[in-house]
Amino acid sequence: MAETNTVIGAHHASFAHQFDDPEQQRQAGALGMWVFLATEVLFFGGLFTAYTIYRLANPEVFAVASNELDLTLGFINTLVLICSSFTMATAVYNAQHGNRKWLIFFLCATVVLGMVFLGIKAVEYAQKFEHHLVPGAHFTIEGTDPNKAQMFFSLYFAMTGLHALHMIIGAGMMIVLIAMAWRNRFSPEYHTPVELGGLYWHFVDIIWIFLFPLLYLLGRSTIGH
Amino acid sequence: MSEKIVSMQTYAIIFATLVVFTVITYRVSLIDLGVLNFVVALTIAAIKASLVALFFMHARWSPRVTQLVIASSLFWLFILLSLTLADYIARGPNWTHGLRYPANP
Repeated sequence: MAETNTVIGAHHASFAHQFDDPEQQRQAGALGMWVFLATEVLFFGGLFTAYTIYRLANPEVFAVASNELDLTLGFINTLVLICSSFTMATAVYNAQHGNRKWLIFFLCATVVLGMVFLGIKAVEYAQKFEHHLVPGAHFTIEGTDPNKAQMFFSLYFAMTGLHALHMIIGAGMMIVLIAMAWRNRFSPEYHTPVELGGLYWHFVDIIWIFLFPLLYLLGRSTIGH
Repeated sequence: MSEKIVSMQTYAIIFATLVVFTVITYRVSLIDLGVLNFVVALTIAAIKASLVALFFMHARWSPRVTQLVIASSLFWLFILLSLTLADYIARGPNWTHGLRYPANP
């Protein structure tokens, strides 16, 4: 066995000796990433729980406050993130086939789409400051209890802020992957970092898939603008 | 068992489905369905999240132990939500009175 490992190890510098074969190593890496993502589910889960409690207690206030969010920008951002998940999946596909050029291209496309998302998010945040919708001394809202509406916006900033932080970390990971791909570190036999970066990116997309309806789509039909 | 390579055609179909569901959830939110608005929005979100996890994240082809980790993460989320809600709702009709809010603006 040790002899076989030495032979494989000679071919793949990335193959660690404690594993039986590269496939076992790849699966162990993916399993580790999923365990981390399970902790992330509960990390965001605390915020989702707080949201659920306060929304159940104040359905009308949350509906009015939600209508202050920019539905068009939220909708566009949802599409941007879905596109970025698609380019990420395509990057993994090209890594599996050893197409270094297309791998780099689609990783770059993923970063660009991530930056578009964050740019739109920055525009939205700026609007909230202009409209006095940031919780604090200058918070004002028409047509509902400002005290309770502040809670909606506290949750809005906490949830989207934590999500945006994950996007920034994800973009950093993409840049590392681009640098590694540039140095020819990946092959059809070894591209686990691309796969794990993809898992993280898709997870952040899934969080947004829930944030969009929970934050933007309340009472749109009954209150509207 | 070696690594599953998903075809570009599958990725494209999943991508198109996700876009269609996003448009549907947006359009449906503008129609007044009462309590069903919330049900539809969350159902669509759950379907979209499942498609991303199963196909883009290859959960469908992952080893059993990985699928167990995914299922258990959802189970723990269920515990977090259900036990917290059970606590609040068990406080009776005035359960909202104990909730704290930010200071008056």
